[in-house]
Amino acid sequence: MRLLYFAWLKTELGTSAEEIEPPAEVRDVRGLIAWLKGRDTKFAKAFSDESAIRVAVNQDYARPGDPVDAGDEVAFFPPVTGG
Amino acid sequence: MIRVQREDFDPGQEIAALTAGNHAVGGLAVFVGLVRDLASEGGLKAMTLEHYPGMTEKMLTSIEAEARARWPLEESLVIHRYGRLEPGDRIVLVATASAHRQAAFEACQFLIDWLKTKAPFWKLEETSEGAHWVEARAGDDEAAQRWRETDKAAE
Repeated sequence: MRLLYFAWLKTELGTSAEEIEPPAEVRDVRGLIAWLKGRDTKFAKAFSDESAIRVAVNQDYARPGDPVDAGDEVAFFPPVTGG
Repeated sequence: MIRVQREDFDPGQEIAALTAGNHAVGGLAVFVGLVRDLASEGGLKAMTLEHYPGMTEKMLTSIEAEARARWPLEESLVIHRYGRLEPGDRIVLVATASAHRQAAFEACQFLIDWLKTKAPFWKLEETSEGAHWVEARAGDDEAAQRWRETDKAAE
């Protein structure tokens, strides 16, 4: 699974992309975030306010209950500020 | 048509090209967004627009398709820039052409309202006090909300 981070999430985590192999019990967006928060304090802090984070799975906006699979591209970012 | 690019654009050339040869067009609405000094104290040196290559194009294409499904448009064009921009620089262009003005006006406003809440761009402001990420405005969500009726992409 490929993870991408944008804007302040990228800055706080110090990375823009990584390849991960989450455990089998990670089946949806909610589970993936819970697993990421358990990795270390940096991730726990960055994901502490989940309402401040948007998620896209394979470049479409996703909700907490949406499934994630091994081959997916999952992106995390704050609410957008273009235009 | 949608374009995501680092380079500037010439609004006059773009709208001339958009409607060239299409004599069914009776009205053309254009919105151009510029880099504003959000600090409004002359403190903004520049801003850098980051985006999510791939998803940006996907979202803009889907927003444009939605506009064309809702209004009888002859032509439409969205150009959004990324990279480092300075106050006064052009960021975005939305142009919509239709037989009549109402569809052109409404579709243009719809496109910019939706783009601001859906297209994955983020602004990093550089001021004399350092760089910081701009926070999303609630007013932008409210503007997009007006168009919500069949807004599946926002669910």
